[in-house]
Amino acid sequence: MIKFTNVFKAFPKGGLALKDVSFHVGKGEFAFLTGHSGAGKSTVMKLIYAEERPTSGEVRVSGYNVNDMRPRDVPLLRRKLGIVFQDFRLLEDRTAEENVAFALEVTGARSSTISARVMRVLTQVGLAAKAQAYPRELSGGEQQRVAIARALVNEPTVLLADEPTGNLDERATRGVFQLLRDINASGTAVVMATHDLDLVRQAPYRVIELQEGALVYDSAVDEAGGETRDQAVAP
Amino acid sequence: MNLTLREAMLTFKRAPLLSVLSVTTIAFSLFVLGLFGLVVVNLQGALRDVEERVEIVAYILPGTPAEATAQALKDIQAFPEVQAANYVSEDDALARARAELVELRDVMQELERNPLPASIEVKLKPGFRDADHVSLVAERMRGFGFVDDVRFGRDWVEKLDRLRGLAAAVGIVVGAAFAIVAVIIIGTTIRMAVLQRSREIAIMRLVGATDGFIRRPFLLQGAIKGLLGGLVAIGLSFAAYLLINRYLLQSSFFTDEQAAAIVGFGALIGLLGSATSVGRHLRRV
Repeated sequence: MIKFTNVFKAFPKGGLALKDVSFHVGKGEFAFLTGHSGAGKSTVMKLIYAEERPTSGEVRVSGYNVNDMRPRDVPLLRRKLGIVFQDFRLLEDRTAEENVAFALEVTGARSSTISARVMRVLTQVGLAAKAQAYPRELSGGEQQRVAIARALVNEPTVLLADEPTGNLDERATRGVFQLLRDINASGTAVVMATHDLDLVRQAPYRVIELQEGALVYDSAVDEAGGETRDQAVAP
Repeated sequence: MNLTLREAMLTFKRAPLLSVLSVTTIAFSLFVLGLFGLVVVNLQGALRDVEERVEIVAYILPGTPAEATAQALKDIQAFPEVQAANYVSEDDALARARAELVELRDVMQELERNPLPASIEVKLKPGFRDADHVSLVAERMRGFGFVDDVRFGRDWVEKLDRLRGLAAAVGIVVGAAFAIVAVIIIGTTIRMAVLQRSREIAIMRLVGATDGFIRRPFLLQGAIKGLLGGLVAIGLSFAAYLLINRYLLQSSFFTDEQAAAIVGFGALIGLLGSATSVGRHLRRV
């Protein structure tokens, strides 16, 4: 599904954003990507959705090799992924429904099927009643739900969430996190970058920790060696 | 296509001010170009009127047999440069002189003998009314044995040549400058529209939109803005033409084809401006 093999990524101005990172996230898995700001979490995300290319090493996602992908294949890869950001990235001048529909329209989906599919995901994230609301009329948590609905509408195999709760209060955070868990429970792999250690401790999921661009801990590998997660994750 | 049209139209709805600004900018850029075009069109018309008067006159020796003159007339009419050649007899020349030179009417009345020679007057086809061709034809006419003298106002034709050259040079240089300024201003306006939507473009890419999908509404929208700007520019030019006609001087307006060309030029710049702006934006991000 997602496979990093000895990935290095250099900053354009020198220095390394990622140093020899290798991991593999399988089908249906839930993995946290943790670490301080600047540890390389966002770079890992960008490599997964082919916004960046590795300097060396190999990145494979959903059957695509990100290293030597043709630019015109990038949109095709992204349609297999759902991406959610800390700042929601909704189109301000479109309603919740239009924002979600938009992700289907760009794929050339048949217009007759769009509205039914959009309502289904909006129902799934609990926002069917606010389909006609504009982002500014929604709370942060609700906006993030719209973003998640948009990510889900193409039925992705992987959901990438880059600090999805970073802008939310505690209650909204719990709601969004629960939603991501439900999505995972229905079979979609989720990779969630976060530095919210409370969340990480709450759930029995895999943890991949980055420090200054290096992978310092991967519970799937290291836990077999007896190390506990709390020790490793603690800052 | 439906989606492209919808997205293009949405921009007008969502950013009405910027859209109006774009159309206005395009309209005024093309209006300036159009005003200059009007000057060129009218200057060309004036030059053509002057050119009409370019004429070569071959004076015929007295006593030349009528058949020889008639044959020469036929030969001259067959020259490729010649539009029309007319024979003016001695009597015609006198009649014309009497009609045109009113002040000398008394003198003319008292003449015992007609002092004026018969002549052949030649007009050249458009495109041959310059000093080189005029001299060439004049030289050829001088070759007829019975031709006494050939006149065509050499200085005057040469001046006309220079004027024509100057008008063409100024037309091309100033026209090109105006066109370039119009392209730059319009390009900048469209670039603003693209930048205004850069966040939206980034989001479109994240959800898997292809560059072509992102580009199409911008191209359509640019072309529509250019088209509207062109139409407004033609309207403004027409208003200016009406004012000039009423208060300044009799002038002529663009032909339908010329007007359509200006509108088409607007649409084309709008399209190309959008294509380059969006293309550059998509390559950079």
